[in-house]
Order: sequence, then C-alpha cells, then structure tokens
Amino acid sequence: MKRMITRAGLIRAGVFFALLIIVPILGGPVWLLNLLIFTVMYAALSSSWNLLGGLAGYPSLGHVAFFGIGAYAFALTFSGSVGDGYSPFLVLPVIGIAVGLLSLPIGWVSMRTRADVFAIVTITFLFITQTLAFNLTKITGGAQGASVAAPPFDPATYDWPFYYAMIVLLAIAMGISFYFSRSKIGLSLSTVRADEDKAHGVGVRVTAVKLIAFAVSAGMVAMVGGVWAYYIGFIYPQFAVDPLITIGMVLMAFLGGRGTLWGPVLGSFILVPAQQFFAQSFGASQLYLLAYAAVFLVIMLFLPRGILPSISDRLRRRRAAALGAARDAEAHTADAVTPEEVKA
Amino acid sequence: MSAILLEVDHLTKRFGGVTAVNECSFEVQEGSITALIGPNGSGKTTAFNMITGYLKADSGHIRFRGDLIERPRPADLYRRGLSRTFQQARIFPELSVEENLVIAAGYSWRQLFGRRVSRADQDRARQILAEFRLESLLELPAADLSYGQRKLLEFAAVLMSNPKLVLLDEPTAGVNPVMIDTMERHIRERNAAGVTFLIVEHDMQLVMRLCDPVIVLDQGSKIAFGTPLEVQSDPLVLEAYLGG
Amino acid sequence: MHALIQAIILGILTGGVYALMASGQTLIFGVMKVVNLAQGALVVLGAYLTYSLFTSLGIDPFLSILITTPILFAVGVGVQWVLLRPLHGDDIGQLSLLVTFAVALGLEGALSFVYGATLTNVQPTYANFSWTVLGYQISLVRLVAFVLSLVMLGVLYLILQRTKFGRSVRATVQNPMSAQLLGVNSQRVSALGFGLGAATAAAAGSVFGMLNSFNPGSHYDLISRLLTIVVLGGLGSIGGSVVAALVMGVGSSVVSALASPIWSDFTFFIVLLLVLLIRPRGLFGAKTRGSL
Repeated sequence: MKRMITRAGLIRAGVFFALLIIVPILGGPVWLLNLLIFTVMYAALSSSWNLLGGLAGYPSLGHVAFFGIGAYAFALTFSGSVGDGYSPFLVLPVIGIAVGLLSLPIGWVSMRTRADVFAIVTITFLFITQTLAFNLTKITGGAQGASVAAPPFDPATYDWPFYYAMIVLLAIAMGISFYFSRSKIGLSLSTVRADEDKAHGVGVRVTAVKLIAFAVSAGMVAMVGGVWAYYIGFIYPQFAVDPLITIGMVLMAFLGGRGTLWGPVLGSFILVPAQQFFAQSFGASQLYLLAYAAVFLVIMLFLPRGILPSISDRLRRRRAAALGAARDAEAHTADAVTPEEVKA
Repeated sequence: MSAILLEVDHLTKRFGGVTAVNECSFEVQEGSITALIGPNGSGKTTAFNMITGYLKADSGHIRFRGDLIERPRPADLYRRGLSRTFQQARIFPELSVEENLVIAAGYSWRQLFGRRVSRADQDRARQILAEFRLESLLELPAADLSYGQRKLLEFAAVLMSNPKLVLLDEPTAGVNPVMIDTMERHIRERNAAGVTFLIVEHDMQLVMRLCDPVIVLDQGSKIAFGTPLEVQSDPLVLEAYLGG
Repeated sequence: MHALIQAIILGILTGGVYALMASGQTLIFGVMKVVNLAQGALVVLGAYLTYSLFTSLGIDPFLSILITTPILFAVGVGVQWVLLRPLHGDDIGQLSLLVTFAVALGLEGALSFVYGATLTNVQPTYANFSWTVLGYQISLVRLVAFVLSLVMLGVLYLILQRTKFGRSVRATVQNPMSAQLLGVNSQRVSALGFGLGAATAAAAGSVFGMLNSFNPGSHYDLISRLLTIVVLGGLGSIGGSVVAALVMGVGSSVVSALASPIWSDFTFFIVLLLVLLIRPRGLFGAKTRGSL
C-alpha cells in the first residue's frame, strides 16, 4: 500500500541511477560496461514486459517479436548512414510510437483470450514474426541478416552512448510503471488481473486499459530493440526474434517479483550476469541451456512469487503479528456495533 | 404511478440440450424491491447473467429505463445505472477496501490518467463506509475481511456509482444472522433513497419481509407473480417447491 | 489438379502424425489444465532415441516405438511428479506453463550436448520406398506412420473409455473437484496423464524422425504447429485436435504445393488468429456453463 512518492523511494531510485551513470566515468573495465549494457537492457525489457505481464496479469510470451520489429525498423532506417551517430537515438521515440500503434490490433485479438490461450497466441505471434524476418528477404535480408551503419564514435568511449541510451529507456520504463501504479490505470489493471469479469461488472474500462498496457509495453520493448540493433550493428532473424529473449524478460520479472517496480530490475541484475557466466563457461557445448533451465525451474519451484513480494510478505506478517491483537479487537467491535444498531 | 425500470422480454438460454431459461418475461417497477425466487436450477442466476450482459441470450431482449439494450455488456450497463453483486461475494482481494470502493465509483477518460485515489474519491469512500459502519476497515487489504464483510463491501461498492437498479444474487447466503439483519437494513435504506432492487434469495422469511412483488421461476419459466402472500398460496408455486 | 490431390493425400498422411502428437498434448491439458510447451521437445527426444536405437543397435524405427514409449512415459510421469506437482500459489497455471517451457529448454540443451546441433534423419532401407496408385505417389513410411498413428489414437481411446484410469481421467477432465470427491487421486491421474501424453510424443517422434530432418532446436517448429492445432481444436477436446491436425496437415501441404513451402506454416498462424477473432475458444472449444 505504498501510494505516496516516499522520500526513501526517490533516494533509492536516485542512488541506483547515479551508480549506473558513474560506472563508465570512473573507468570501469570494458567487460563490465558490456555486461552492464545487457543487464540494463534486460532490466528495461523486463520492466516493460511487467507493464502487461505483471500489472495486467497477461503473461505475453511473444514480446520479443516487438523487440525484433524495433530492431529491424532501426536497422532498415539506418543501414546507409548514421550521421554523427547521435541523431539515430532521436528516431527511437518514433519507432516506439509506431510499434505501439501497430501492436494495438494484435493486442486486441490476443487479449480476447485469457491465460493459457493468451500465452499461446502471443507465442504464435513470435513465430509469425520470426517467419517473416526469415522470409521477407527483400526487406530483412532473410538469413543473411541486416546491418546498421557504424557510428563514428571514439573507440575509447564507443560503448557509452548505447549504455546511456539503455539507462534512459530503463528510467522511462520504470517511470511508466511507477505512474501506472499511482494512477487509475494501475488500479484498473489490478482489477483486470484479479478478476476480469467482475471488473467489467463495476464499469472498469477493461479493454481500454488492457490495450494501453499492451501498446506501451510493446512500444518500449521496440525502442530497446532499436538500441540493441544499433549496438551490435548486425542482426539476424534468429537473434532478433529469439524465444530466449522473451523467456529472459518473463523470468527476470518472475524472479524479482511481478507487478512490482523494482522486481524486474532486481531479477535482471541477478540473472543476466548469471546467464553470461553460464554462456562463457559452457557456451560451446550448449550446456548453458541446461543450466539456464535449471535456474528457471529453481525459481518457479522455490520462489514462485518472486523475491520482493516474498520479502514484503514476510515483513507484513511480522508487522501484522505485532499489531494482530489490536486489529482483532477493532474488527470485533466493528462487527458488534451492528446488532445494537438494528435493535435501536 | 411508477414506471417500468427493467423489462425482460421472452429471454431464452439453452446449454446443450438443457433449456436453463425458457421464454422468460417479467418487469421490475421503479422503486420496488422485487424478488426473483425459485427452486435450485430454476434459472435465476442464468437470468441474472443475461440481464447483466455476462451471458448472451439465445433469444429475447431486455429494456432498461425504456431503452432496448441491443448488446448487453456489463460495463455499459453499469455506467447506465444497472449493477449487480455475485453469489460468492466477488471483490478484489489484492486491493484495499478503499480501492475496492473507488474503482467501482466509475471514472471519466480524463480521470483514468489521474490519481489512483483522489481526494474526492477518498471522501466518497469514507462516506459510504461510514454508512456501513466499516470505517475502521478503510486501509485493510480486502483479502483480510470476513465473508460477511466481503458481502457488505461488494454491496457498498456497487452503490458507489449511484445505480438506478441493483441486482443482488443471494445477498445473505452464507452469512450470520446479525449480518442478514444488517444487509436487510441497508437494502431498505437504499430503497428509501430511490434505488430499485431485484433480488435472488433463498431465505424465504427475508423475501416475505422485504420484497414486493415476488416473481417465481421454475424450470426457466415464470410461473407466478404477485405479492408475497399471493405467491405463497399459489398452487403452482407450492408444487414447484414441494413436488417435482 | 493432380498436384492438388497429391498435396491433399500428403497432407492427410502428415496430419495423422500431428494428430497423435496433439492428442497427447490435449490429454495433458485436459487432465491438468496445463499447456505443455515441452511436447515438441518430447517428440524430438523420441526421435533421437529412435535414432540411437537404429544407428547403434540396428533396431527398426517402427519397432523401436515399443521401447521409446515406455521410456517417455516414465519421463512424463517424472516431469509431473518432480516439477509440476510441487507448484503452488495463485497463478499455478502460468507457473506450470513456464515450467514446461523450462523442460523444453533443458531437453534442447541436453540433446545438443549429446548429439550436437547438426540435422540428422533416421534412414531405414525402406525410407524412400513408395507406391504409385492411380498416378499418385504414396510413400511407405508415411502410410505406415499414418496407420500407426490411427492405431495409437485407437489405443488411447480404448484406454480412456475402457480402463479405470481412463474413467478417472475423464472424470477429472469434466470436473476436477467432484472427481476428487469421488475418490480420484488427482495427482496420480495427472502423473499418468502426463506420462501418457509424453508416450504419444515418443510414438510420434519415431515417425517424425523418419519423415523429417531434425536437430535439438526442431522443437520450436513442432511446438508452434502443435499449439496452433490444439488451440484450433479447442483446448481439451481430443476429437477436436485430431480434426484440427488433419485440417492443418492438408492446408499446409496444399499451400506449400501451390504457393511455397515457406508460407505453409504462416498460413496456419493467420488462420489461427482469424479463428480466435471470431471464436476466442477455438473451433471445438466447449462453452462454459453460465455459473460465474
């Protein structure tokens, strides 16, 4: 029930982003910056996924399709030249809005279904997008891939613009998540998640809020995809529309805690380094998939609600135990008032 | 001279081979507390679900406040002033009591982008909680309420939008006698304030005390209509309840 | 015209194999209300087992079904008992779905480790044998595969209709709560149901390995088709998924013959979306009764 913008919350966000910003300036090693780019990227993806999967309770398994669409949109726009290298970043909002609008009909069709079928329809959408990326060879280059022109950045600080772009996107995703949860949109989404039929019955604008969540979530993911394409410079269908990226978003939100502001971020800062470690240790043998699956299973079996909700639950229970007696007494009087009232 | 608020006209619903509601027609007068009773499986809840747009009727239609409702949809009807409660007291357990009330109050498109709970929302929620003597529960998660309290909360919530007609599906099922009295008192108070009620209820004593007129369904069709006394002595009704 | 009829014949024969895979998945959904995203990976596992039995021991791929089905039955029971049974919490449906995805990833990783990522194929001597009937080609393997799938579906049907386990399964599918009240052990039914679903994947996998080149990543292709089939068929209806599989098999083969193989799957995704647009519950999906 934290409804106010608390000072603690602001300080937490301030410190977190200050730390992120300062790493390259302090001269962190290249591998660290590279790892951080992907960590922040996943944090932004997972936070964006959380707008739909966490807040609205619609666990999309197809979000990487929007990531891929954003990546291709960026790559196709800037295959020739990127000018000074900075202006392409300014095109990202256009991509975000365009993909957000494009996602509306997809969201409308898929969100007519619930739970399992929704997951299936979105995963189908992922396969559709991948098929298109492979086969619309005239546009995407098919299996040959598509390239982005290389920006004329100073090699010493080459990674910086991408890193800061990812940080900005993460901040926007978290900002939207924060705004949603403090507005009637978030309240409406909570009712959709808890009991959609009942939500209709009390006049909640269910379709509207679901579509808002879907489109914003998709648009954000597309912008992250754009920066990703710019950073790696060359994209192939199997990497731009990789089911593992979808699973990454979902898993990180699950680990940290769905529907919370910091859960997806926490999940990413745990899982991305772990993933990179696995990939480096077992990459050649594909065993990292096994390791990844194992981590996945451990989270589902032992932390089904995620780290943050589990912690806040424990805190709440402890506080409730302390207040328990007092509250019980209060509740009893609330019940007990009524009979006298009836007789009177 | 009161007007007809709700008109149900030849409503029919089949599930596979079973006809749950069969050519059912009845009216609800503005300002009344009308009861809809019948043995188990007589189609009361199915009728409710069709009237409130949760279930598509196979044929027949409804008029509310004189307008033909072409495609009944729960949210539209709610905004037009027709709201309902559910048998199992459906509330949003993750939300606080206050938020449960606020979300049911309705909002404009502009308010959708505004604060989760505005000052005005708070005042309204407090006001209705005061009427229900539930002020102390304001901040609690609804999940922490007792079953009876949940039923009261659901009832209070649907009143937040100033409805014209409220459909109550077994408002006193499963709650203690004290809570039944409380519920009855609230229904009477609200009715005096101009809200019309259509109630499905199994507690016959309550129906006889509270409701007039009474509509009796059996096997999906209306078999009787009248004052509680008239209905009680109707041979068809006696047969439906005792025979079969 | 000739090409069209040839494509339809091919489609029916292929569709039969998909019907077998999809019926297993539908069975799992019916019993546990879990969409098994690992069904494709289980089929691929079945194909690799057949491959190993054939290349190292020389066991005929069709005969190997007698060995692979019990193995995958055990795998299925194990997955349910160890990974799905302990799940708890509000959204157990979402969790189960993700767990089956993890199983798919794990199988993909394990198979890549053992067999590598190169495409393989099970090639018995009769693999390319075919008859020509009235000018239409009918491949031996496809025909036997089709008949075998029908037989397996028949066995599945008999198990569901005639055995005590089958009755428990049907009771659980219709109403888990009252089945439990009637003394059905739902965890055991779930485990056996998952095992049976995996066993059909084994049988289908042996056949799949002869008809297609595959690698550990093939499960993505398979699962995308299977999901289309089971949703089209209306989750939980085995008859529906058989019909949907045949429709899909024929449609896909007709599109690839008349247009291009590239778009054959694609057509299906589009059909799925269109169907869901009109009937969100799928073609044969049961309408739920009005108790809200």
